[in-house]
Amino acid sequence: MLKTITCIRCPKGCLVTLDTDNPEGTIKGFSCPNGREYAINELTHPMRTISSTVEIRGGIHPRIPVKTNGDIPKEKIFEVMEEINKISVTSPVKCGDVLLHDVLGTGIDIVACRDM
Amino acid sequence: MYYDLVVVGGGPAGLAAAEEAKKNGAGSVLIIERDKELGGILNQCIHSGFGLHVFKEQLSGPEYAQRFIDRLDGTGIEVMTDTMVLAITPQKEVYAINEEKGYMKIDAGAIVLAMGCRERTRGAIAIPGERPSGIFTAGTAQRYINMEGYMVGKKVLILGSGDIGLIMARRMTLEGAEVKAVVELMPYSNGLKRNIAQCLDDYGIPLYLSHTVTDIIGENGRLSKVIVSKVNGYDPIPGTEIEFDVDTLLLSVGLVPENELTRNAGIEIDKRTNGAVVDENNMTSVEGIFSCGNVLHVHDLVDFVTHESERAGKAAAEYLKAKAEHREESAEKPINLINGEFIGYTVPQKVTVSKVDKFIEVLFRVRAVLNNVNVVVKAGDTVLMSKAHEQMLPAEMEKLIIPKKMLEMANGKDITIGIEKIEKEGE
Amino acid sequence: MVYDVAIIGAGIIGCGVARELSRFDCKTVLIDRENDVAMGTTRANSAIIHAGYDPEPGTLMAKYNVPGNKMAEEICRELDVPFRRCGSFVLAFDENDMKTVRHLYENGVANGVPDMKILSGDEVRAMEPNVSPECVGALYAPSAGIVNPWEMALAMAEQAVENGVDLKLCYDVTGISKKDGNFVISGKGKEDIEAKFVVNAAGVYSDDVAHMVGDNSFSIDASRGQYYLLDKSQGKLFDHVMFQCPGPLGKGILVAPTVHGNLIVGPDANPGSDKENVKTDRDGLNHVVAASKRTTGAINFRENIRNFAGLRSQPSTGDFIMGFSEADGHFMNVAGIKSPGLSAAPAIALDVAKMLIEAGVPGAPREDYKAPRKHIRFKELSDEQKAAAIKTCPAYGRVICRCETITEGEIVDALHGVIVPRTLDGIKRRCNAGMGRCQGGFCGPKVLEIIARELNMNPVDVLLDKEGSYILTGKTAKGECR
Repeated sequence: MLKTITCIRCPKGCLVTLDTDNPEGTIKGFSCPNGREYAINELTHPMRTISSTVEIRGGIHPRIPVKTNGDIPKEKIFEVMEEINKISVTSPVKCGDVLLHDVLGTGIDIVACRDM
Repeated sequence: MYYDLVVVGGGPAGLAAAEEAKKNGAGSVLIIERDKELGGILNQCIHSGFGLHVFKEQLSGPEYAQRFIDRLDGTGIEVMTDTMVLAITPQKEVYAINEEKGYMKIDAGAIVLAMGCRERTRGAIAIPGERPSGIFTAGTAQRYINMEGYMVGKKVLILGSGDIGLIMARRMTLEGAEVKAVVELMPYSNGLKRNIAQCLDDYGIPLYLSHTVTDIIGENGRLSKVIVSKVNGYDPIPGTEIEFDVDTLLLSVGLVPENELTRNAGIEIDKRTNGAVVDENNMTSVEGIFSCGNVLHVHDLVDFVTHESERAGKAAAEYLKAKAEHREESAEKPINLINGEFIGYTVPQKVTVSKVDKFIEVLFRVRAVLNNVNVVVKAGDTVLMSKAHEQMLPAEMEKLIIPKKMLEMANGKDITIGIEKIEKEGE
Repeated sequence: MVYDVAIIGAGIIGCGVARELSRFDCKTVLIDRENDVAMGTTRANSAIIHAGYDPEPGTLMAKYNVPGNKMAEEICRELDVPFRRCGSFVLAFDENDMKTVRHLYENGVANGVPDMKILSGDEVRAMEPNVSPECVGALYAPSAGIVNPWEMALAMAEQAVENGVDLKLCYDVTGISKKDGNFVISGKGKEDIEAKFVVNAAGVYSDDVAHMVGDNSFSIDASRGQYYLLDKSQGKLFDHVMFQCPGPLGKGILVAPTVHGNLIVGPDANPGSDKENVKTDRDGLNHVVAASKRTTGAINFRENIRNFAGLRSQPSTGDFIMGFSEADGHFMNVAGIKSPGLSAAPAIALDVAKMLIEAGVPGAPREDYKAPRKHIRFKELSDEQKAAAIKTCPAYGRVICRCETITEGEIVDALHGVIVPRTLDGIKRRCNAGMGRCQGGFCGPKVLEIIARELNMNPVDVLLDKEGSYILTGKTAKGECR
């Protein structure tokens, strides 16, 4: 089956088409290796990064922004959100600080996105 | 109080301009920021997707801002936060207030305007109906959610498929709200394709193109229903109404450069961009006052804001240097960049050819979706250059490099940038 | 306790009457169903103090308009409310219109309107260059003015409360009965209020309130009118109020500057409207734009910042209804206050107070009558005053509303005022924060935070406007919810 996938790796948003029966052989429409890799992955195990905020005490704001420091399986997005929502930290926090290690065994950490 | 350079605004534009000015020899540099911290709107843009051009990696908004804030350390650049500029004058006086220092008059050698933009509101597009609570611009909702930590609704409709609208559709979904649809007046989305994919498609949120909000109904003070109709052009088609039971309507219907200070200073404004008219160095019609970032024209990507603002900062430093050395200003009259067919605007609007180093960078937007066209640069009837494009979209800012030798070929004539269709054989 | 007077309705009339009564040694209560004063017709109208040439001589409208116009300026000065005597034109586009203009001129002479002139089209354009070339002449009346009606009503109510009037908000009157010769007013979920006299100033609902005492002598139709309010970039297009010739449904589409420097355009007229319906509709808004083109082609409607609609009382009698009811000699109607009601209001209020005192309300002047409070409007201060204000109170150095340059100090002042607002719109009405071009997009979250902090409220409970108009639904991360 022919599929069209929008690459999300950069703002360009290439439309990559490929046949699900022979992805490697039929893939086209990408402008860089990232696009090729993304589209092939997307067929078998789609991955995403997510961003949210967590509670912080003593900061300039009541919440501090966080993100996954790498891709997590797309189907785990809401479960990871649940884990993020459990985090609570106290100021000071530095940008890049790991606030939760290896979320749900994905090997990915939840990290702070700014100093606060 | 005197500073060689006063930068009005501490968002991405102001930060980049200040840093680059300092690097290029500007003496005392002051950034004035109205919010309680630097970073501007990036602080609430917690999603990823910034920095691919500038840092070659995907950063969230706060991370992108943090890198610039960190780089201020040790530069000697001064910062005043929670400080509001009330007025600037053509004589480069800056009037500002804050709680600590009170009412200030600051004399500046040069000024960089970097105040950013604001969102268009319900009023700007005259959406009829009742006026219950629950109607927010997308950016205001983003601030409540990402910075204040409060949700603004449970069942949501979003009008406008610009990037902020798409990003907020995903954000509200992740926070447990039900986003029923994104509605777009135009037959195409104004957002990046990847945001349609990762913000709407990933969560099964439908996008209604060529639709708009035609009525707003409240119940006990809060929004309860939004009526959406299909449009023919801009006109709603009777009988196509769809009713959405929602308590929240987010508006992502465009951004407007915030130029009240600029206007009041008597600086010439371009009606097309709503920003200042600038030359190739981002200098406005008032000598020594520069403009960059979203206050000049609304950008798609912060990376481009940074790039443009660095140029403005560097130019401000050069201006200060020239002034200190009492260098004579050249009396050469700048040429105009005229918008030809399908061109919405260009920045810069003017060029002083002799001052150009190797090339100028012209940023522009087209006014319609265009396929298989040439971007043609002309001086009178002479074609200076031409570049083919498969597709051009109003939502995407385009960049055109014009080498100095092309500008010289214009012989002092104004330059027109226009779009011409490529006639294909057999068509 | 038994009040001497209960006023039902805290619009421009109710607030005005309360203020006049507060000069005297009587006990007054001012009642409104909404959570703030001036929430009905008073907050959604053209904001014009008419010169007084419209009403036919002999009507109550004619009787009160010109004196009210004269009083308005003085009251606004006393109450520190913006008012500008800018003058008005009634534009004529053909000979038929000129007949109307001449008729209005004669009315004006009979009603005592000062200094009117009939001008030619060119004379009009010399004074207002943006008037359409189609204009052939106009009635010019220099005594017309513009005002901020909500601020005027608010300031009146505040002075009344400062001088002992009780204000009961969120009190929706459901019935009026009699006990021992006194009125007993009951409200939904509220304690009864007893009073010797009742003033019915309930606006579009004044017929319903009259019915409660068996007075069926009139009815009120609500006529909905829709407006555009444009950015200050358009506010300088006209110096005067520009009317078109009046028709049977009202004064036609006007174009006028506002005291805040914006431009107002409207209203259309939709008689027979639901009394709760203040919505705008596409056809009506389109009509307003189209009709304004007759006056001028200069308005850029892309610079619109807000549309709104207001309800005008259209009394079955065709004139203001004022006086003690035939159904009960202690029940006074001040109803059907259609245009020029705002202009007439100060004179009406004065007369109503007089009539009440003549009817037996205690009329000894209050000895400790307090003058109204002055407000700080930061952006109107001189440089030196600004510096001094911040020195005295640093909160004046923190701008919250960037479009209108409104400081935290002014918002805090409003929150500690005589009538405490609990809503974003309440703050907007008092100090203009959020009424600018971004419509509260930037300052809304900050104002909400200040309200919650100053009034010790949970942010989730801060409202936008009327009861029920909540803004936030709970904390993120599935935190506490409303």
